[in-house]
Amino acid sequence: MRTVALPVAYMPLVDAAPLIVAREMGFDHAEGISLDLRPAPSWSSLRDMLAFGHVDAAHLLSPVPVAMALGLGGIATPLSAVSVLSLNGNVIGVGSQLAERLADQGYDFDFSDAAAAGAALAKAAGDVLVFGVPFPFSMHVELLRYWVAGTGLASKQVEIRTVPPPLMAQALAGGEIDAFCVGEPWGSFAVDDNVGALLLPGKAIWTCAPEKVLAVRNHWAENEPHLLGALMRAVWRAGRWLSNADSRTTASEMLSRKTYLNVSPELIDRALMGEFTISARGEQRRVKGFVEFYDGAATFPWRSQAKWIAHQLALRNGIDVSTAERQAARVFRSDLYRRELFGLGAETPGASEKLEGALPVSTAVASTNGSLILPPNVFFDRRIFEPTG
Amino acid sequence: MKQHLTVVVVEQNQERAFAIVDALKESGDVEVFVIGNVSGLARKIATHGPDIVLIDIDNPSRDMLEELTVASGPLERPVAMFVSGAAGGLAKAAVEAGVSAYVVDGLQAERIKPVIDTAIARFQVLRQMRTELAETRRALEERKVIDRAKGLLMKAKGVSEDEAYALLRKTAMNQNRRVADVAEALVTASGLLS
Repeated sequence: MRTVALPVAYMPLVDAAPLIVAREMGFDHAEGISLDLRPAPSWSSLRDMLAFGHVDAAHLLSPVPVAMALGLGGIATPLSAVSVLSLNGNVIGVGSQLAERLADQGYDFDFSDAAAAGAALAKAAGDVLVFGVPFPFSMHVELLRYWVAGTGLASKQVEIRTVPPPLMAQALAGGEIDAFCVGEPWGSFAVDDNVGALLLPGKAIWTCAPEKVLAVRNHWAENEPHLLGALMRAVWRAGRWLSNADSRTTASEMLSRKTYLNVSPELIDRALMGEFTISARGEQRRVKGFVEFYDGAATFPWRSQAKWIAHQLALRNGIDVSTAERQAARVFRSDLYRRELFGLGAETPGASEKLEGALPVSTAVASTNGSLILPPNVFFDRRIFEPTG
Repeated sequence: MKQHLTVVVVEQNQERAFAIVDALKESGDVEVFVIGNVSGLARKIATHGPDIVLIDIDNPSRDMLEELTVASGPLERPVAMFVSGAAGGLAKAAVEAGVSAYVVDGLQAERIKPVIDTAIARFQVLRQMRTELAETRRALEERKVIDRAKGLLMKAKGVSEDEAYALLRKTAMNQNRRVADVAEALVTASGLLS
C-alpha cells in the first residue's frame, strides 16, 4: 500500500512518545500515512515550521495555540489543537544550594504536597527567586504561576526566564536560574548531572494539566480531512499502546535512540515508569501516572482546558477574560476529535466541557460506550475553575 | 534623511558571524553587533538597543528571544517579532533560508527589507554549506560501516572484497534497502553474536 508522507515536527521530550511510537510501531502505515518526524531545536522554531507550512502537524505546548488565538506573541496563523497528546509530565527542581538549605530546614522532599513544598521553598529562598522554563507560553509557566500565587512564594519576587530544556542543567550550574520547571527527561538530567534536586512533579499542582497537544493549521484541517483523520487515529493508537505497562520498556528504548532524544533509556524510564531519582544522593520517589497518554480520556481536548489557559493568560495580559475564554474554546477541537475517532473504540465523553478541579476521586461519567472513568482532577489548593466565557 | 539601523546578530561561530556582518554592511547604513555567548542573551541585546535582531533558526536560544516579545514593560521590550508585521512573504522566505528576524515595533517595512533580504541570501549560502558538510560526514560514516561489513563477510565466507560488496549490494536490492543499511544491520548483528 502506498503511503502519504506527512511532515510532523516535535521537540525531543518524553511526551513526544505518541508520535515516535506511531512511527516506530507502524501505526502510521496502518492508516496509509508515513510520519516524517522532524525534531525542532526550539519551540519558536517548531511553531514557525507549523505556521509557515513546513510541516503539517506538530507536538506543541498546549498554551501556544491558545496564546496565538488571543493575539499574544507574534505569529497569528490560526491553529487547532485536535487532540491532547499527554497530561502532566513536568517536574519542578531546585539548584544544589537551595536543595541543601531545604534539607537543613528538615524538609523531607515528599514529592507530592505542593502546598508544603511551596512553604518550605519560601523559607529557604532569598528575596528573589529565578525560575527557568522552556517557553513563555507553556503549561510550565501556568503551573508555576498558579503554585507561586497560592503559597508563601507569593511574598517573594519571583522571576520566570526562558531557558531551552537541554540547557536547563547548565543554566542552573551557572547560577543563571535558582530553580526550574521542565519536561522530562531534562529534570532527571539535571539530577544526574549533579546540579540540582527535584522538588515536585507538575501533577502535584494540577492532577490533570493538558501538557502537549497535537496541533495543525486550521486551513490544513479543513483541506485535508482524510489525512487529519489518519494522523489522529495513528497517534491515538500509539497512546493506547503506551498506556499498556508492558510497552513502556520498549518505548524507552525507542525514544532513547540517537535520532530522537539521544539520552540513555534509563533516564527516559523514570518518567514512563513514574519512578524518580530526586537527588544526587539517589533518593527515590514514586509518582503514579506521572505522564498520561490515554487513560481517562486523557487525549480528549476539553474546551474547558483551553478556557482555563485563556483565563490565566488574559488576566496577566490585561485582556477581557470572558472574550478570551470564548476565543480559546474554539482552539481545542473536541468536535474534530469526536468526528475522527468515532467507531475506534475511543471513549469520548458526553460533554465537551467539565469543571476543572472538581473531581477529588475517580468518577464514572456519561460517554459513548458508557465505560469512561475520569481520573481525579484537582488543583493543589482545591479551587474549582468555573469559566466565565 | 535616512537614519542608520542597528542590527544584532546572534551567532556562535565566528566565521559565520563575519560572513553575515560583511554582507549586512554592504547592504546599507547599518551598525552590526555580534553576540556569540548566549548566556544572559536578553540583557546583552538590550544594551545594544537594536532595531533588528537576526538569529539562526536552528539556534535553541531563539526561545529566549521570544520572551522579549512578550515582556511587560515597554523598556524591557526592545523587540517584537518581525513575522507579526505585514510583510508575511518576507517572513516565510526568512524561515525557509534558516534565519529568524526580530524587529522593533513600528519600524517601517521598507527600511527593514534590504537588511532582511541580505540576511536571507547570506543564510541561504551558509545553510547550504552546512547541509553539504553534514552530507559528506554521513557519507564518510556509511563508508566506514560498509568497509566493516565487507571485512566481516570476507572473513566469514572466505570471499574477496569485490565479492563481499557484490553480496551486500545484491541483498540490498533484493530487500529494497540501502547498501549502508544492510551493512549496518550486519555489523550490529555480528556485534551481538561475538
